[in-house]
Amino acid sequence: MKIDRRCFLSLVIGGAVGTTLTPVPWKLTDDIAIWSQNWPWTPVPEDGPSKYENTVCAMCQGGCGITVRKIKQRAVKIEGMSGHPVNKGSVCPMGISSLQYLYGPSRVKSPMKRTGKRGEGKWEKISWDDAIAEVSDKLKELRNQEEPHKVACTADSDRNTVGYLFDRFLAAYGSPNFIRTPSSEDANELALYLAQGRNATVGWDIENADFILSFGVPLMDSPDSAGRMFSAYSALDEKAELVQIEPRLSDTAAQSKRWIPAKPGTEGVLALGLAHVIVKDKLYDSDFVKNYSSGFEDSEDEDGNTRKGFKSLLEDYSPASVAETTGIDKAKIITLARDFAGAGRPLAICGRPIVQGSVDEALAIHALNALVGNINKKGGMVAIPEPDYLGWSEMQRDETASKGRQQPRIDGAGTDRFPNARHLLHRLPEEINSAGDKAPLQVLLVAGGNPLYTIPDTEAAKKAFDRIPFIVSFSPFMDETAEYADLILPNHHFLERYEDIPTPRGYAKPVTGLARPVVDPQHDTMHTGDAVISIAKNMDEFIREAFPWDDYRDFLEQTFSDRWKSLEKEVYSVRKDFTPADWEDAFDTPSKKYEFYPTSRQMPPDSERDRLPACRPLEIPGDGDSKELPLLFVPYVSVRIAEGAIANPPFMTKTVDDTVIKEGEVFVEINPETAKENDLSEGDSAVLKTSSAEARVRVHLFEGIMPGLVAMPAGLGHTAFSDYISGKGENAYSLLEAVSDPASGLNTGWGSRASLSRA
Amino acid sequence: MAKKAQHTATKRYGMVIDLDKCTGCGACMVACYSENNVPFREDESDKMLSLNWIQVFKVDNQKPFPDTEVCYIPKPCMQCDGDHVGHPPCVSVCPAVATDYDQPTGIVSQISPRCFGCRYCMAACPYHARQFNWWDPVWPAEMKQYLNPDVSVRMRGVIEKCSFCYHRYQKARNKAYMEGRDEIPEDEYQTACAEACPVNAITFGDLLNDEHEVHKLSKGKNAFRLLERLNTNPKVYYTTTKDWVRRITDNYLENETPGDVEKARKAQKASH
Repeated sequence: MKIDRRCFLSLVIGGAVGTTLTPVPWKLTDDIAIWSQNWPWTPVPEDGPSKYENTVCAMCQGGCGITVRKIKQRAVKIEGMSGHPVNKGSVCPMGISSLQYLYGPSRVKSPMKRTGKRGEGKWEKISWDDAIAEVSDKLKELRNQEEPHKVACTADSDRNTVGYLFDRFLAAYGSPNFIRTPSSEDANELALYLAQGRNATVGWDIENADFILSFGVPLMDSPDSAGRMFSAYSALDEKAELVQIEPRLSDTAAQSKRWIPAKPGTEGVLALGLAHVIVKDKLYDSDFVKNYSSGFEDSEDEDGNTRKGFKSLLEDYSPASVAETTGIDKAKIITLARDFAGAGRPLAICGRPIVQGSVDEALAIHALNALVGNINKKGGMVAIPEPDYLGWSEMQRDETASKGRQQPRIDGAGTDRFPNARHLLHRLPEEINSAGDKAPLQVLLVAGGNPLYTIPDTEAAKKAFDRIPFIVSFSPFMDETAEYADLILPNHHFLERYEDIPTPRGYAKPVTGLARPVVDPQHDTMHTGDAVISIAKNMDEFIREAFPWDDYRDFLEQTFSDRWKSLEKEVYSVRKDFTPADWEDAFDTPSKKYEFYPTSRQMPPDSERDRLPACRPLEIPGDGDSKELPLLFVPYVSVRIAEGAIANPPFMTKTVDDTVIKEGEVFVEINPETAKENDLSEGDSAVLKTSSAEARVRVHLFEGIMPGLVAMPAGLGHTAFSDYISGKGENAYSLLEAVSDPASGLNTGWGSRASLSRA
Repeated sequence: MAKKAQHTATKRYGMVIDLDKCTGCGACMVACYSENNVPFREDESDKMLSLNWIQVFKVDNQKPFPDTEVCYIPKPCMQCDGDHVGHPPCVSVCPAVATDYDQPTGIVSQISPRCFGCRYCMAACPYHARQFNWWDPVWPAEMKQYLNPDVSVRMRGVIEKCSFCYHRYQKARNKAYMEGRDEIPEDEYQTACAEACPVNAITFGDLLNDEHEVHKLSKGKNAFRLLERLNTNPKVYYTTTKDWVRRITDNYLENETPGDVEKARKAQKASH
């Protein structure tokens, strides 16, 4: 057909008129607009007067003061509380994100009883009365069978009232098994007890030190210390020097003035090497060493045998031999030792993440502080006494209780094998799995720690849990352990409850924080303190009488008595009367001095070891298998990833780089050199195999990690909580194996031999 | 005499971020999500679809172990002034006036109800500061409870970006007005990220006001901006003493120094 002018015009005009009149394009445009911007679906947050309330964050053990912004009854924002002595206004991402837990889908909304198989996720809601009765009946039954020692409890702290209530309950009930969840505090606390004779925690006066020698402490990488460290770090004198000993360029190492990568596990050896130089060059504080310490020189014991002193021990740690063990240049070791001893207020700190740590290593690093005479000094290492408000009030116990309490602990702590240790949660699977037909543990009360996620070798832990007939979780969230429990008695979220927070680990002044309810309980939950008191009230007379309080609030008020009002108002209290003891009275050891040779250290019967901290490179599982497992797997912690019991809320996962986690897969960091040797390149999918398990990972090349290592963040790979949290990455703890330090029993399994091959 | 209505002096709100101080903790990011109702998805490990108003990037000097160094670069919207003041790259291309340059403050706005999602601005922004809402935001369980009423929630199909917490400016301005003041003191208007930064690496204030810390810091010897030669004139400054960090923030030729670029830029401006 020929298109003439007339035809063309009629087509164009006809088309234009037609298009204008037909509703189709307009309807479509409208639909597109509606589809693309569904406005009525977006929430409109209710407005109202806003106010700010102070409390203390309990997401981790850091004890930071926070300010919660509220609109009417809603908590909408968390900010750092200015003027709080610990964090001085700073706050970490975990603290800010805690609102996602308060209102999030992983809360346990009421007491729940398992109906399906364990871990199947089938639950029945029950009333609080029934829940309390259920636990009490089970406990009564066990007690009637004269087996009260087959009950154990895990809690995050033995220095606050909730931990105290549990321990008191177990004492009245007749079980020795109060197990504090593991942390790096364990080795430090034990070393402090052995060398100084004090039942105290270690405080590092970082704020006032001018040379901080950190043996792999994740100062700025772990939420546990971040709040305090950030403010301390930004206030540090320009001239102050932070030295980080760590095989990986962590955020702390990146901020340090000197990053010294030592072969992992040899930190204790390095400490003794530095001590060697300090002693040889006579750079130590001779007043302290001569007058306030013992065991420095060789001596004679009661039987007339020669006892090797610390000085003689150091002969084996010459810079040349330490250089070989640690991989650090000899000259660097000597310079570091001289700089440390020559500084005005030097401070050596220890506390490896993930594990409890080696006592020898802690003793060696504490000894460095003793050598430079900074014990209980400004900018030094300070012994922080236990809270003064917690004390055992008179309690009558029946025979069952006394007998049960004297039974050996289920985790072996305090027994002949591990005489000095206090809490060994990681040994639970081993003890339970190796027991005969009769389960050694009948009831497990989990009031902290999420052990099914954090105990190394998750599979073994699960097997052990299968052999515990009755598991009760007090978690406010549906975590891995709660999911595997028989009964959940959900606690309030920390923004809904009172709870005293003990001095944060490493903080150099005794400070008590008080978390207080900022919002009303969102669900049918109960304070764990109230749950314990209610359970006790259901028990026999003696136990009932050991808990004379109406409820937890009443108990708390009585405990703090005249301090309560100001504590509730200020949310923290610093012990004003506290000054670190003078060297004259600082030490409560048998010699009343700082003991380089810890005489009260009890060694296991078959040990050939001397009591001196003769550090060796730490044992690594799979060590004999260097052909099959040529690499070394080390988990690392990051302040953007919640590393322990509580998982990353979505906000935190959002902050994590796509070279750490991407589309559900976790990346391991390896040096490009290691990648070349193993024929791997950036982004490759690979299988990481350790001595205990394997995992599918992806590869990220990073120059800042020592060749031969494979590093993975701890805290990913949760399987519980909610869809927003689970199924992202792999659980680093499941790739580890617990290693009980032969001398103390503490878990030192910080790494494992591994292989990495392309998937 | 009755009090005369006054126009307050023009401000140029800006930021100076000390890269030597930043530890990469991410508190700024999370504070921003919380303050600005930034949505999240079920799988936040799916980084392609993750939305951020401020993001902290990790860079390293590429030197072999153990001479490696890392640096973190927090990157909010650069709040560009543009080649001629008031013409940032995104504002020039927006067909809906959904993003505009606020003359009194210098803040580049993003008005979601006006935006129809053409994403021209996203393409025009050289800093990837803008992101698109492909899906409706969802707050599961009771999570709507924590939403901040000062910032409206964005719907799907629109662009969103950092606003320098403009709602906080509005509040501070209203407060000053009610109290009969013209000036907003530095501490009355701070962004959520600057406030949250635990090591005080982020300083925020009026770049034109010599009483504000940022005024001095932005003129410091080590202060610079990202992709400076594009003449976008950002109001977000960075400082670092490390040369390798400085070089990473622009596409320098092998023998080119930041100084050369600055000189060339000034010469070009003069001849314009």
